[in-house]
Amino acid sequence: MADKRQKIMACALRVLVWAAALITVAVLLLLIGYILMKGVPNLKPSLFAWKYTTDNVSMMPAIINTLIMTFLSLLIAVPLGVFSAIYLVEYARRGNKLVRIVRMTTETLSGIPSIVYGLFGYLMFGVALHWGYSMMSGALTLAIMVLPSVMRTTEEALKAVPDSYREGSYGLGAGKLRTVFVVLLPSAMPGILSGVILAIGRITGETAALIYTAGTVAGVPKNLFSSGRTLAIHMYALLNEGLYMEESYATAVVLLVMVLLINALSSFVAKRFSAKASGGG
Amino acid sequence: MNTQKLKETVMHGVFLGAACASILAVALICWFLFSNGIPTILEIGPIKFLTGTRWKPLNDIFGILPMIVGSIYVTAGAIIVGVPIGILCAIFMARFCPKKIYPILKPAIELLAGIPSIVYGFFGLVVIVPAMQKIFGGSGKSMLTASILLGIMILPTIIGVSESAIRAVPESYYEGALALGDTHEGSVFRTVVPAAKSGILAGVILGVGRAIGETMAVIMVAGNQAVMPGSLLDGVRTMTANIVLEMGYASGLHRQALIATGVVLFVFILLINLLFSVVERGDKNG
Repeated sequence: MADKRQKIMACALRVLVWAAALITVAVLLLLIGYILMKGVPNLKPSLFAWKYTTDNVSMMPAIINTLIMTFLSLLIAVPLGVFSAIYLVEYARRGNKLVRIVRMTTETLSGIPSIVYGLFGYLMFGVALHWGYSMMSGALTLAIMVLPSVMRTTEEALKAVPDSYREGSYGLGAGKLRTVFVVLLPSAMPGILSGVILAIGRITGETAALIYTAGTVAGVPKNLFSSGRTLAIHMYALLNEGLYMEESYATAVVLLVMVLLINALSSFVAKRFSAKASGGG
Repeated sequence: MNTQKLKETVMHGVFLGAACASILAVALICWFLFSNGIPTILEIGPIKFLTGTRWKPLNDIFGILPMIVGSIYVTAGAIIVGVPIGILCAIFMARFCPKKIYPILKPAIELLAGIPSIVYGFFGLVVIVPAMQKIFGGSGKSMLTASILLGIMILPTIIGVSESAIRAVPESYYEGALALGDTHEGSVFRTVVPAAKSGILAGVILGVGRAIGETMAVIMVAGNQAVMPGSLLDGVRTMTANIVLEMGYASGLHRQALIATGVVLFVFILLINLLFSVVERGDKNG
């Protein structure tokens, strides 16, 4: 009889795990499906007009701002993240105290919620440096926010480069610097790239860190020290005003599709990377 | 030859400097938050600020207990909703998933992680809130609604970490249990999963950190009343929501009190991070 009970138990557990997986997928499909279904019919040309007015609530300036914001943040975060990963993997000795502290601080950074970044950015760039609500404040805040993930992916990509590459390069008489830039970075490039693309996704979808740093002005900013809202903030503003439900649906579609495409691109790059690595190894 | 050497030394310095950037960032964040927040908390009075149940900025009454309790309740709710589904889904992916489904399921979970919180909030507002209205009446914006939405949002974190923890359990555990006559399901649940428990716990803690720090999604669905919540169906305001809702127009002590709310949130996050690294280290030693 114990055998029968065991069988029922096994069956129940199997149903349970299948149900959990199905719920997860169902939620994803419901979310994407619902927003596409409600949003796509609301997409109209006036939403992509070059100038924002309260009549057309165009999202075009917000899209341009998102691109500027992404570019600026990456301009700061990528060199910083890649260089510090190079130091950690190629230069630091094992068990180095500094390395332990850097690891600890990056872990701390990656656990900080975006609203705390926003508050910090507001206090440091907005208030202390007198930049106010500006693209520059927002970009620097986001750069710090995505730094840990750029660092981590670069580190992993560098560690995945076989030691024989380094030995070969040194054997041919190249110095350390040359080895890093000519041999290691190119081989690690796909891994780094997929990390950078993930960071782009995070910047595109970010709201809480930007409201009080980059601000919520609806147009394209005149210069980097004036305020401009990204697409995610644009959507928050529309929802907040409560008058533009249809436009909100349309904005949600654009935002969702953008982020999904960026993520798909990242995993595509990562997959090609691992295929190449296992093919070469 | 000499310029070569110089270049090497300079770049070594540049790399070292870059590596210190994250240390500098954490130091700056701590400095700006604490130097603004702590004097404010002292000015209001730590006990009044942390245990006061009334938040009336217009009358200079700043008690953030409703928001602290709100954050804790909503996070607990998210854990109750998200953890069982997340862990079961991770077990499915590691041990039950047919080979043909896995390449679809894995990217799907990653998609779930990539969706921006404002989109989650919008989804909550137009799908979950009306559903709650229909079932329970009232506005539909409540602690329960926020818990469900946050539970969904922490799924990918919990699934990702738990799945790799379960995969890290040596195959011999599973084979041993099978050899002793247990079923496939029994071996997984009675032997493999318990062996992965500290890794799974680490995933849950990460999920807690995400839930307590979540802002935009919660604002959309929680109702945001700054009073002590009485029931699951009452509206609730979290610490994160408090900051975003009022920062735009606050000034003087009110603004400082909002920053101090952020400091309290930051301390919560630091404690959660600490707990996470303790659990993770225990996992590596054990």
